[in-house]
Amino acid sequence: MNAAAAISGVHGESLVNYKLIKAHLFAGAVFLVVSMVAGYLYSLQFLGFFPLQDSWTHSPGHFRLLHTNMAAYGWLVNGFTAMLYYVVPRLTGKKVLSDGLGTLIFWAWQLILVLAIGGYMTDKAQAIEWGETPTGFRPGTFEMNYVPVDALVVVGAVLVIVQFMVPLFKAREQRFYVTLWYVTAGLVWLALTYLMGNIMPEWMLPGAAGAAVTGLFIHDLVGLYVTPMGWGMMYFFVPLILRKPIWSHSLSVIGFWALAFFYPLGGVHHFLISPIPDYVEFGAITTTIAIEVVVTTVVVNFFMTLRGKWSALRSSMAIRWFYVGAVFYFITCLQCAFQVTWMFQKVIHFTDWVVGHAHLIMFGVFTFWLFGVIEWLWPRVCRRNWYSQSLRAWHFWMWSVGVLIMFFDLMIAGLVHGFMQRDLNDWSDILRMSEPFWWVRTFSGAMILIGLFCVLYNMYMTAKAGEAYEEEKHLVPVTAD
Amino acid sequence: MERFSTLVFVAGIGCFAVAFLLSMIFPWMSLYSYHGMDFQTIDKLAEKPSVEFVELSKKFPESFKQHYGEVSPASYAEALQLGRDVYVGQACWHCHSQYVRVVSNEHVRWGPPSSAQEYQNALNQPHLWGTRRVGPDLAREGGKKSNDWHIAHFMNPKSVVPHSVMPAYPFYFDEKGVPDKKGIALVTYLQWLGTVQAGIPVAERITP
Repeated sequence: MNAAAAISGVHGESLVNYKLIKAHLFAGAVFLVVSMVAGYLYSLQFLGFFPLQDSWTHSPGHFRLLHTNMAAYGWLVNGFTAMLYYVVPRLTGKKVLSDGLGTLIFWAWQLILVLAIGGYMTDKAQAIEWGETPTGFRPGTFEMNYVPVDALVVVGAVLVIVQFMVPLFKAREQRFYVTLWYVTAGLVWLALTYLMGNIMPEWMLPGAAGAAVTGLFIHDLVGLYVTPMGWGMMYFFVPLILRKPIWSHSLSVIGFWALAFFYPLGGVHHFLISPIPDYVEFGAITTTIAIEVVVTTVVVNFFMTLRGKWSALRSSMAIRWFYVGAVFYFITCLQCAFQVTWMFQKVIHFTDWVVGHAHLIMFGVFTFWLFGVIEWLWPRVCRRNWYSQSLRAWHFWMWSVGVLIMFFDLMIAGLVHGFMQRDLNDWSDILRMSEPFWWVRTFSGAMILIGLFCVLYNMYMTAKAGEAYEEEKHLVPVTAD
Repeated sequence: MERFSTLVFVAGIGCFAVAFLLSMIFPWMSLYSYHGMDFQTIDKLAEKPSVEFVELSKKFPESFKQHYGEVSPASYAEALQLGRDVYVGQACWHCHSQYVRVVSNEHVRWGPPSSAQEYQNALNQPHLWGTRRVGPDLAREGGKKSNDWHIAHFMNPKSVVPHSVMPAYPFYFDEKGVPDKKGIALVTYLQWLGTVQAGIPVAERITP
């Protein structure tokens, strides 16, 4: 089957299970609220207003775990799984393995998330950043102290892989469209990354060698799962909504292979100027800078695709989310190429700069792209038009402005912190200087939360009371500007 | 090039394996047995209970006796491990790093830069380096402050550091400041941090 035909027409719609998409999108949005509220509460601790004092289960540290892990495993994984249920059948022309398995995966995954939350709240988190899901064992031993959530995640991931690898395998004689390259490789990487990051440092590698692996894990989770899924998603939805092919297929080939080769090599850059051997650090720095070149090819490809269709930024909310996300993506990755050098690292590592960077990539880029997908898919899933146009606009503007304020605020806070630390200022003075920035952060967080409630209410009301679905309202005109 | 098997085997497994070799196997080979840096088990680390642990046993005899019995390598090991579990569980390591870099005057502020050797032990598996310093680095914390300071600080951080943003952890202590099992463990663990650095006795490290 011709990939371009699959993209441009409605071909393959009948193969899609809309119920599962709806369930995953909605669950993802709910866990995004959990993540955001937790992050907001955590930010209040920095201002002295944390509301749940003196409880060992509700201490602020636990809310940080909730914030990061629910954003990754609750929101992005659910969102990307929904995306896969739409994209894989349409591009391969094959159904996913089984709808029943899909239901099982959905409930198993939500159960895993709830168990993980229980673990964080009762001191059972694993000491691996972005992989705090409880192992169920005391560190380094096989004494059980909780449900082995990590093992369940592996089982869940294997089920997801089986679910989507079967249609991909059935289509193995076809030439794959670039989206499927990312999906195929990303699913393999997901399993390998999770196994490596959660097992090796915990039971096999202590200290600095383990740090090299946890650095690789943090990096691979973003680079080999979130990024391939995100890019694959963009390569599918942008041409679909714009109703024109991607600008350069060759450039997308370069982007894919360069991501596959360079991205995982940069893992150690999370622990620079550390006891990890210098040659490993230099390798990570060089390849991280190389990634910036790759990212540029991808971003150029997307913007050249938009050329001649600029009005789509006005007429299609999805395209607006995608392209604002793409601009943020370029900013984050450009920042990455600089901040990975030792010159920047000695100032900005350990400061809010890094926090700002992480917020822009997680909430400014991949979340924006997933919101774009929600904008486009939710009315189709519900067979209703969006309930409120103004809520859509509020959602967009609250997030765009809020994320940008947070990013710049934390970047400056990081510089202030970094230089004050270098200049041997008293630690209390560093905290006092940081306080205004933390106020701004909480303010921008409130904007983001308001935007989130706008979209949630809108999603709910659309499903309940939206007008009957009209395809034309959601498509960009075929003609050029 | 654009088919399923290429993507699975070359991109999926192949590229991952190259990165795994360079980012895991190579550093591990460099660090394994580097300068005779053998892995220290918890029993080895707890051979000699610290003076702070002994002091806790004398200052809070009832609580100590109830939870740990006598001062011994075994009870010291138990306290260290439990202390680390609490430190991990309460996500302390998300706001306190545990390595001193050779840049940004960190050796002036905290002490000798970290070496790979001192992380080659059971209490650094997985390591707790952290990526953020809201509070100061703790890699050289052991012996710097008294047990009393730590207890006061845990009960109400602002009482000793007025501008602190650290949460209070009063639930590990009774109203008179007598630590329970986890309280003793947490203080013992903090007083242990940095003490495995070879060849430098505690007393020397804390002189300016």
